Amino acid sequence: MPPKKIHRARELPLSQSPLLKVENLAFERDDSAVLENINLSLNRGEVLQIEGANGSGKTTLLRLLTTALQPSAGSILYKGEASSKCRYQYLSDMLYIGHQPAVKLTLTAEENLRWMINSAVKTNSLTIADALDGVGLSGYSDIPCYALSAGQHRRVALARLLISEAALWYLDEPFTAIDKQGVSFLEARLQERLNRGGAVVLTSHQDLTLNNLRKYSLSAPAGQAA
Amino acid sequence: MGHSINSGYSAWLKRDLLLAYRRRGEAASPLIFFVMVSTLIPLGLTPESSQLAEIAAGMIWVMALLATLLSVDGLFANDYQDGSLEQLLITPQLLPMPVLGKITAHWLTTGLPLTLASPLLGVMLSLPTSGYLPMLCSLALGTACLSLTGAVGAALTVSLRKGGLLLSLLVIPLYMPVIIFGTATISYAIDGLNWLPPLAILGALFAASVALCPLAAAGALRITSAN
Amino acid sequence: MSWQWFHRLGSPRWFYQTSTRWLPLLALIAAAILISGLVWGLAIAPADAKQGNSFRIIYIHVPASFLALAGYYIMAIAGAVGLIWKMKLSYMVMKSAAPIGAALTFIALVTGAIWGKPTWGTYWVWDARITSMLILLFLYLGVMALQYAYHSIDAASKAGAILALVGTVNIPIIYKSVDWWYTLHQPATIKFTSAPSMHIDMFLPLLVMIVGFYLFYAVALILHTRSEILRRERKTAWVRELIEPEAR
Repeated sequence: MPPKKIHRARELPLSQSPLLKVENLAFERDDSAVLENINLSLNRGEVLQIEGANGSGKTTLLRLLTTALQPSAGSILYKGEASSKCRYQYLSDMLYIGHQPAVKLTLTAEENLRWMINSAVKTNSLTIADALDGVGLSGYSDIPCYALSAGQHRRVALARLLISEAALWYLDEPFTAIDKQGVSFLEARLQERLNRGGAVVLTSHQDLTLNNLRKYSLSAPAGQAA
Repeated sequence: MGHSINSGYSAWLKRDLLLAYRRRGEAASPLIFFVMVSTLIPLGLTPESSQLAEIAAGMIWVMALLATLLSVDGLFANDYQDGSLEQLLITPQLLPMPVLGKITAHWLTTGLPLTLASPLLGVMLSLPTSGYLPMLCSLALGTACLSLTGAVGAALTVSLRKGGLLLSLLVIPLYMPVIIFGTATISYAIDGLNWLPPLAILGALFAASVALCPLAAAGALRITSAN
Repeated sequence: MSWQWFHRLGSPRWFYQTSTRWLPLLALIAAAILISGLVWGLAIAPADAKQGNSFRIIYIHVPASFLALAGYYIMAIAGAVGLIWKMKLSYMVMKSAAPIGAALTFIALVTGAIWGKPTWGTYWVWDARITSMLILLFLYLGVMALQYAYHSIDAASKAGAILALVGTVNIPIIYKSVDWWYTLHQPATIKFTSAPSMHIDMFLPLLVMIVGFYLFYAVALILHTRSEILRRERKTAWVRELIEPEAR
């Protein structure tokens, strides 16, 4: 089913300082370096695709960006300010969808999405029903999620993308468990977010057809098997 | 949509209450445990009313403590497994508030039902009449302390498999002051003394726990879920 | 005030090398004080009027109890230093302090029981101090168990530090509660002989033993920390040099 037309929000002006800047980020665990010398910057309208072999630290890097993990060295700057100083602004301007879609199995799709939206600060006025329609789950809003497939769980999580107005989207393997139609839907949503002044960081092996796509490759730190 | 600090608390409180309601059977098991195990006492000791009356206050408290202990490790475990904990860690609101919301939901679905069911056990174990009101008061305050302190243990063991048993080991020493003053409240009343002083101390323990445990649990969650 | 010495203190290698130099002397002093204290207390000090010779166990029991409690605070402070300054050595000290403290608590309990039998006719009494000591043992075991449960050393250390600090806050509360509970249920007719009211001839060897135990604790902690350092830093060059000096 083709996605319903989404009302467009006002376009955000492009700003001068990079939306996200990472300087010399490092993370070590148990005395071995997982990530070293990570430097990257992201402007509005750009998408960064983090690539690397399994175990090279892609998920760790994303979790560092979301401040779920604390780096051993280096800093993360949001609009020029250290993320530790502007925690509330940074976190409210961020959307994170991790490996697991964070869907509660005993709640319905509609309840799950409602709860996810309630926790978010920057949202548009799209209704939950329309958002579920948008991801192709219109008949399923009342069904508890234990009756839905993994792909449908991911779609519930992706419905957040339709309602979120956060500028930064951090997505960990977002194309997992979704079909070709879902892939093109997701790419369309990402492109839309970029056009409206947002930025996306994602980890994926997929070949993406987005404008302003940059790739960042993680290799395993020296002395470690990939 | 602007959000003040409070919305972290009530959002997570409501969510956890809804989740508990959806799993009513599971949520009721501490309560059922509480009632069933209390029947083991007369079976194991004596059906003699006067002897039961002497130990009733203490046994009810021990059973309430064990029932709470059984349920507290589910506080963060479910969220850890499906990725919701990650979302909890990155809410813009300060972490202790949503954590306190979850702990409140836990008390409402465990401690409060235990407290309300305790008169039933008082009858079964021949608790003297003067002990009922103090028992209700001490259990209400005390189980709240148990939920709060248990949450710290649950946060410390959330990423461990079979963390449940280790959780009990960690948390039982911390529970001891609560049970001491909880049972003392009831014993004082039964002996005809003023039972408000030990209850006041229980209240002080509660106040300290509300202030400190969400902070400790939040700190522990950040550390232990980093793996 | 230069913090340089403080940060140098946090270097496992510096600790290992410095302790290699000073440990033998420290151990010698500790042994000397312990032996002299033991001889003085067990043989030379006069027998108690009421308890006869069985009171002499306090020369082990009391220092062990002191160290058991002090050891918990040392462990908690090491954990706090590790959390605040992210010092790995501090975490190693915390991990080493736990089993030593637990062992001392156990010794205190056992010697207390041994003392109890001839004095009150029973091995175990639920009095305030013994019960608090038992709870202290549980707290120690909890910190040890939590650290061993984690595979990641970083997580184990931080979780252990938090638990140790939570326990520290609780120890006075637990002690006061148990004390109050005990006096509630049994008027205190049985009391351990408190040190100041002891005769000076019995008190002095006790002081010597306490000092000796503190030194012994320091030696044990340093030894344990050294082996922890070797284990955790085994991949570094200086440790490899120590272990296999003529390799390759």
